[in-house]
Amino acid sequence: MTGLPLLEVKNLQISLAVGNTLFHAVENVSLTIGRGETLGLVGESGCGKSITALALIGLLRPPLAVTGGEILFDGRDIRTIPPREMRKLRGNRISMIFQEPMTALNPLSPVGRQIAEMFVLHKGATWNEAEKLAIEALANVRVPAPDRRVKDYPHQMSGGMRQRVMIAIALACGPDLLLADEPTTALDVTVQAEILDLIRELSSAQGTAVLMISHDLGLIANMCRRVGVMYAGHIVEERTAEDIFRSPRHPYTKGLVASLPLLGARARHGRKRLQEIEGVVPPVSAFPSGCRFNPRCHMASDICRIEDPGITLLGQSGLVRCHHHG
Amino acid sequence: MKIRANLLIGGVLFAIVVVAGLLAPLLAHTDPVMDANLMYAEEPPGAEFWFGTDAQGRDIYSRVLHGARISLTVGIVSQLINTIIGVCLGLSAGYWGGWWDDFVSGLTNLMLAIPSLIFALAIMAILNPGLTSLLIALGLTNWSFTCRLARASTLSLKSQGYVQAAKVLGYSDIRIMLTQLLPNMLGPIIVIGTLGMGGAVLAEASLSFLGLGIRPPYPSWGSMLSDARDQITTAPWISIFPGLAIFVTVLGLNLLGDGLRDILDPQSRTRRI
Amino acid sequence: MYGVITMAEAMSDSILKVEDLAVHFPVGGRLFGGTSKVVHAVDGVDLDLKRGECLGLVGESGCGKSTLALSILGLQTPTRGRIIVDGRTISGGAKDRMDRARMTQMVFQDPYSSLNPRQTVRTTLEAPLRLHGITAKSEVEDRIADILRRVGLRPDVAKRYPHEFSGGQRQRIGIARALILKPQIVILDEPVSALDVSIRAQIINLLLELKETLGLSYLMISHDLGVVEHMSDRVAVMYLGRIVESGNWETIFSAPRHPYTRALIEAIPDPFRNGRGAKITGEIPNPLNPPTGCGFNPRCSEARDLCRASPAPDLKEVDIDHFVRCRRTHELPAWEPLAS
Repeated sequence: MTGLPLLEVKNLQISLAVGNTLFHAVENVSLTIGRGETLGLVGESGCGKSITALALIGLLRPPLAVTGGEILFDGRDIRTIPPREMRKLRGNRISMIFQEPMTALNPLSPVGRQIAEMFVLHKGATWNEAEKLAIEALANVRVPAPDRRVKDYPHQMSGGMRQRVMIAIALACGPDLLLADEPTTALDVTVQAEILDLIRELSSAQGTAVLMISHDLGLIANMCRRVGVMYAGHIVEERTAEDIFRSPRHPYTKGLVASLPLLGARARHGRKRLQEIEGVVPPVSAFPSGCRFNPRCHMASDICRIEDPGITLLGQSGLVRCHHHG
Repeated sequence: MKIRANLLIGGVLFAIVVVAGLLAPLLAHTDPVMDANLMYAEEPPGAEFWFGTDAQGRDIYSRVLHGARISLTVGIVSQLINTIIGVCLGLSAGYWGGWWDDFVSGLTNLMLAIPSLIFALAIMAILNPGLTSLLIALGLTNWSFTCRLARASTLSLKSQGYVQAAKVLGYSDIRIMLTQLLPNMLGPIIVIGTLGMGGAVLAEASLSFLGLGIRPPYPSWGSMLSDARDQITTAPWISIFPGLAIFVTVLGLNLLGDGLRDILDPQSRTRRI
Repeated sequence: MYGVITMAEAMSDSILKVEDLAVHFPVGGRLFGGTSKVVHAVDGVDLDLKRGECLGLVGESGCGKSTLALSILGLQTPTRGRIIVDGRTISGGAKDRMDRARMTQMVFQDPYSSLNPRQTVRTTLEAPLRLHGITAKSEVEDRIADILRRVGLRPDVAKRYPHEFSGGQRQRIGIARALILKPQIVILDEPVSALDVSIRAQIINLLLELKETLGLSYLMISHDLGVVEHMSDRVAVMYLGRIVESGNWETIFSAPRHPYTRALIEAIPDPFRNGRGAKITGEIPNPLNPPTGCGFNPRCSEARDLCRASPAPDLKEVDIDHFVRCRRTHELPAWEPLAS
């Protein structure tokens, strides 16, 4: 697709205020998502992927705040949009779904009403019209007997159903961008597959771009065309899904891929000892100096301990952040 | 640091009261019951009688000091009884569930429905007034909050992995309750305990004020307040000093409870970030 | 006791046998009469764990795997059935609790709630030893230091409290606790699910190593098929309280014969192939109202009338040591194992 990318993040910095100190939980993060495209963000706890998504939709709250960079949504910097206008964008042009549907849905309101709200708020529909649209929305997310389930409360539904409701709410107004933060982590494997299929189909049908966040590299690679790997607040590698698995360039990505017990691997090569990544993920308050991955990296040399590697573009296939990439 | 302030102030206040009580015979100037000289009745605070004298000519300062012994005894002992009863009932009810839980919960609800002071009052009306009866009355009527708390804590802790691990390791139920559950719920229980002590001191004062606790001429702060009713406008110091003593004691206990809870958590000892 | 062992017994050295285990929970009010409903959390399960092997138990929520594990450990009284550990039938009594503790132990899922926050590592490891009669100071110290080293921790960490450790380290401590009494069987309940991805490999490798060096037998519960395939010698798949397929790991993953097993494997997102597509729809049924006939039939793409007819199908041996609970197992279409 030509023209302006839908979302352009340049040099994003998100800081955490503790007492008088500012810790940069996310630093120097840049990414683009074109219209209708799917980008995945992969990383472990504390890498900053979730707060990046929250920043994109303007939902960061103190002690977290965006302290640098630009977030251009359809050309406009989110940081300059006043709160009232931002509320009009949220749910309408940018939507988000979360990991725990039970806490994201209002327990005291029937699900039909929660979906209908979207139409009333953003599309000017009357409540009557909105209720009918809500039933349609439920049918779209393949909830059986939608006209009956529209009156259910969240606690009367299973985890998978609730997640479908959340997707219905998020996609009700046909947003341009959907942020999905670990949407299937809390679900059973078979339900997970269905939900992922649903997200894939609906977003493709409506032309919605998707930013998918997960700690599961396999899931991300399956769902997204491009994948960004985050570690300690940086994007350390961004490649196509296939390249990430077949030829990772960053030592962290390499380590991750080699440490995962993938289905079919044992049948092919026998049981090999999984490659371990030593050490632990550093906390925000104690990011190592130089390259943040250096204490755990087999290839670390002196320069890695002193200087944070910048971004190296790898031509068409992406970028990597390492002194010794390749 | 905020934590230390609570502990420090509360500790100091409580320590003052404890010292006053323990050393009362040494610190007092007169015998609190016997030394009554009508010649010096209702003297305002001065060089000889630091807190003044009451209607019977007794030195209020000495009486307040001795009163500390009574208040502290009542506060500590009755609350100890309460806590033991509450923890035993609540822990076992939460852990074993079933009919025992139903029974304990029913009993707790019953106790909570009756204002504890009225209950204590009723018991005192049956028993002869005096210190022992007071301890029994207060000790048996104020365990409901502790019980509720212990039960709720047990229910939430029961499902923690380490409790199950203890069972799998062969621990008996009692051992689990004492070594795994109890230490992890101590914080709130101790806070409630110290607050309860304050409450017990107040309860004793109220009951003695009503004539159902410690009877005059013994110098309970409550009965001192009761005695001073008629002189409240003419000789206010007779009420002020016992009242102040109650205030300082209860305040000290409350602050101490807060402070203790903060330091009992090992997480706050070696805090990172 | 005669010393005669049949050849079958000599070859199959079972360390844990579960026979027709059932756990039923009554649900619903009985106050004013009326029938109370029953949830068949575990509905007639047979298991056979061989000495030194790792049996992977796979299934989704509500399948009964956790209840099964709890029953084996004695934390849940079964409604029916027998549990035989190393040839001895175990009942639920108090005396058995101590014996059981020396034979079967468990590693818990959540490293953040599986250690007593008020006990140092030393106390956590020492107390069980003392409880079981090991009180000599030097022996206690030796065993604690030994087990800590085996799980990859320095013995001097013993004086610290759980909150001073990372998730991975806490899990190591949990493993140390499970092994301190030198059990022969360890039940692993989702041992790495709650850990960061980059340290899962450490724990998986550690568990496999310990199995070899200490001669342990594992019953591993996991929903992560990748981990199950990597660690297990044999696999059993559970659905609605029953085992629907069991067999050697290779058979299960390359030639499964039950539609549910196939659906589980297909549901794993394949990083090399965009969207393979789920084959089953619907949700796990309400355990209070299980389907008639085969429990899986409402969601099964291969279901026919005979699948819906009562009673539920039996577990049948379709190949050596390969059991399947499906009436149409011989009529299922061919299946492609995952290949990259």
